[in-house]
Amino acid sequence: MASIELHNPARSVDTHGHDHHDDHEHEEGTFLTKYIFSQDHKVIAKQFLISGMIWAILGGTLSSLFRLQLGFPDMDMSILKPILGGWIEDGKLNPEFYLAMVTMHGTIMVFFVLTAGLSGTFSNFLIPLQIGARDMASGFLNMLSYWFFFASSVLMMWSMFIETGPASGGWVIYPPLSALPQASPGSGTGMTMWLFSMALFIVSSLLGSINYVSTVINMRTKGMTFSRLPLTIWAFFFTAIIGILSFPVLFSAALLLIFDRSLGTSFYLSEIYINGEALPNMGGSPILFQHLFWFLGHPEVYIVILPALGITSEIIAVNSRKPIFGYKAMIGSIMAITLLSFIVWAHHMFVTGMNPFLGSIFMFLTLIIAIPSAVKAFNYITTLWRGNIVFTPAMLFSIGLVSFFISGGLTGVALGNSAIDIQLHDTYFVVAHFHLVMGSAAFFGMVAGVYHWFPKMFGRMMNEKLGYLHFWMTFVGIYCIFFPMHYTGIAGFPRRYYSFTTYDTFKTFGDLNAFISTAAIITFFAQFLLVFNFFYSIFRGRRAPLNPWRSNTLEWTTPIHPGHGNWVGEIPHVFRWPYDYSKPGAEEDFIMQTVPYSETTSSNLEGEVDPVEEESSSKVHA
Amino acid sequence: MFYLIITALILLLVVAGLLVRAQVLIDIFTKSSSKRAGLSNQINGFLFVVFLVFIMGGFVWISIWARKYYLPDSASVHGVWTDNQFWVTMSILSVVFVVTHILLFTFPYIYQFKENRKALFYPVNHRLEFIWTVIPAIVLSLLVFNGWKVWSAITKEAPENAVVVELVGKQFNWLVRYPGKDSKLGKHNYLKTDELNTVGIDFTDRNSFDDYMAGEVHIPVNKPVLFKIRARDVLHSVFAPHFRLKMDAVPGMPTKFWFIPTKTTSDMKTITGNPEFTYEIACTEVCGPGHFGMRLKLVVDDEDEFDAWNKSQQSFLAKNPDYLKSVPDNLRKPAEQSIVENRKITGLAVLKTLSKSVAKTN
Repeated sequence: MASIELHNPARSVDTHGHDHHDDHEHEEGTFLTKYIFSQDHKVIAKQFLISGMIWAILGGTLSSLFRLQLGFPDMDMSILKPILGGWIEDGKLNPEFYLAMVTMHGTIMVFFVLTAGLSGTFSNFLIPLQIGARDMASGFLNMLSYWFFFASSVLMMWSMFIETGPASGGWVIYPPLSALPQASPGSGTGMTMWLFSMALFIVSSLLGSINYVSTVINMRTKGMTFSRLPLTIWAFFFTAIIGILSFPVLFSAALLLIFDRSLGTSFYLSEIYINGEALPNMGGSPILFQHLFWFLGHPEVYIVILPALGITSEIIAVNSRKPIFGYKAMIGSIMAITLLSFIVWAHHMFVTGMNPFLGSIFMFLTLIIAIPSAVKAFNYITTLWRGNIVFTPAMLFSIGLVSFFISGGLTGVALGNSAIDIQLHDTYFVVAHFHLVMGSAAFFGMVAGVYHWFPKMFGRMMNEKLGYLHFWMTFVGIYCIFFPMHYTGIAGFPRRYYSFTTYDTFKTFGDLNAFISTAAIITFFAQFLLVFNFFYSIFRGRRAPLNPWRSNTLEWTTPIHPGHGNWVGEIPHVFRWPYDYSKPGAEEDFIMQTVPYSETTSSNLEGEVDPVEEESSSKVHA
Repeated sequence: MFYLIITALILLLVVAGLLVRAQVLIDIFTKSSSKRAGLSNQINGFLFVVFLVFIMGGFVWISIWARKYYLPDSASVHGVWTDNQFWVTMSILSVVFVVTHILLFTFPYIYQFKENRKALFYPVNHRLEFIWTVIPAIVLSLLVFNGWKVWSAITKEAPENAVVVELVGKQFNWLVRYPGKDSKLGKHNYLKTDELNTVGIDFTDRNSFDDYMAGEVHIPVNKPVLFKIRARDVLHSVFAPHFRLKMDAVPGMPTKFWFIPTKTTSDMKTITGNPEFTYEIACTEVCGPGHFGMRLKLVVDDEDEFDAWNKSQQSFLAKNPDYLKSVPDNLRKPAEQSIVENRKITGLAVLKTLSKSVAKTN
């Protein structure tokens, strides 16, 4: 039995799942195959989520530590000595360690939390449930995807405990700094481990993405045409495509860097004199690395934000009790963003000495991408208009996301203009911009998703009141952190500075930095409201009803504790799009996707009839 | 201490658990949990309006309060152009920011859940979508067009007569080389770098004979200045905030940035009312633990001051005649000559400044 289960879990549940009285009775396999080496997409999703949460707490702790340094440069930090040991020297943070923390904060948050934690969790959890599939196309690859991620996590975590410290050249690891161990302590073993960890991470990401794409294309239930997919699935689908196309480029960049570091090649190195020694490397180009890095690096921000936008689209529609406004335009803008995300990368490089003509081209392309983004924002607002809005914590976080997406996205218009970027590049203005538009927005999408689908994940409800408190503290907190940063950025404060006191120009704004740091630390601690709520509710939360948010999508037709295979008996068929909320003439303010038009004659619009039952009924039906 | 913290944390968790439990019980007794949306819904809706006031108030307040710090007066010709771009763009963005947020935060209040109301089934409106695709497209095109014009003007070739300064980034300071009397920088070769010849001047090129190194940057006001930028070890980036100037320093790939400074250091002292004012160059590409300390002083002189300063600088060869050894035999003579000449000029310059100060004291 166990071996059959391993190869085709879906079918085994299909045949054995008829008498599904107790939720736990029919889960076969040992603890090891059920919770650790599981091939069930729901368990893998939870594994990604909990790993992501652990990483997020670590990433947040790091930011609190370096914010202490930035906000209170004169502070005596000896109290942290028991934790940080030698990195505190005479009560002061070591500048090298400061950079290491900044680097690890970026790496952790971008890759381990917002890529693995967000896509890994929700693509895995929602794709089969919302398209009507028993599991992913390949449960085995899916399991491998998590365990490659786990191995990558272990390596990255380990690198923080070695004597020379983790990588410290910024999350973008530009060579030659990252290529030359003699350039800084973090470029030694720490950097090697960073590169190998990222290589494993890329494998994990690719395994996941290939699975997501093939599942969405091949495994939709009967009637689930592409034009009836919830926007979440559209977003995950395109995110996976971006990942498949861009992560291999980062892999190649990392590989060439590994060659430069270990095999004496000169892909990125040329004419270097360091520590009293002229290196033999000639003819390489550090700019080449930047091109390769940002060819992933820019799509990466869409890998991070698109799933969050997908989740938000769903949650806003459900809780406004309205169809999402402009469903097709939303899909169109996701497609446009996907396409454009590959041809804007060099806007990170306006002042690298790249040919200014290229700068002009990339300025033009960059500002085009603002158009689909603007369409999305306007569509969210219109969805709220004349809705009947229920403020679940998930809804609050989704509205928060739209706000961050707008305020962070707008400053992108300034940064995308190469003439303005000369002054703003690598200042706190950039930090504020991307922390709002991709950091906080994607984080809010992830949190909204947790609040919204928690009942489906654990069969219990999270505490709403704690959720409200969590939202308002975080929302106010994040604006208090990042809004003022724009102003320090306009004043020219450069990023990744351990201290500003060396400069006359940057001596101002001391109070503001202290304020930002205080807000950051309070906001960080507010996140424990979520952590507490999450773990408490897994065990003690109120039992969830079948469809707590009165939502249309397929996942709410599964049992409260869906087993492996998701549905008992046949997978339900789909007859309509997922956004029939508050349809005129309908009894309830929602009609689930599984309800045929023949049962809703009072509310059907023109042309809404069930397809004639034919075995060959097409899957692609518009 | 450690156990105390652990105990405190556990106690905190227990208390939190009890509070949540109590709150849930209250919900059950007051039956608020059986309603689809109760008092909390109204409170949340209202809080969005409060938040709207908070964020708009904060936006206006900080923009006014912080004005004395941000975007200091531009001291270059192109800086005025980019500042204009910045303000125009920011004004448009602010309008969009305010309008969208008013809608985004008042809609939740106005359209909060009411049992007897049904939301409007409003899935699509092509005209609306067309409008808000086209309007941003037009506005963005205008911004791009203007940005492109300014960007092209900034990045075009420097004028022939530009004063050339070479800036070389290394861990963790900047090295400054001037072309000297002939206004031509000598070639460099990184293999020739050593303790003294920090930028690897190549003495097989006769243009290098009168090159000199300086501890700070001096440039003349109202004259085009061309920074030739290099890096010796890792990436660095030249950032002169007052001149709206930034360009990466890349090992193996020389970069450049030219500009026209419009305000001397003493002008700025009057404008800012700060007698200690100095222009500064900072590094904005992370380059290792000393990254935050790569400060380089920059002085904008009027033309006479600059001339005098320029002439008073001793050339590298005059300072370190040992390096005559690296000059090829056929060029040894001109090299020696240039040392003599340089010593004459610098001597004269020193005399001139001396006599000036004597004249002043008299």
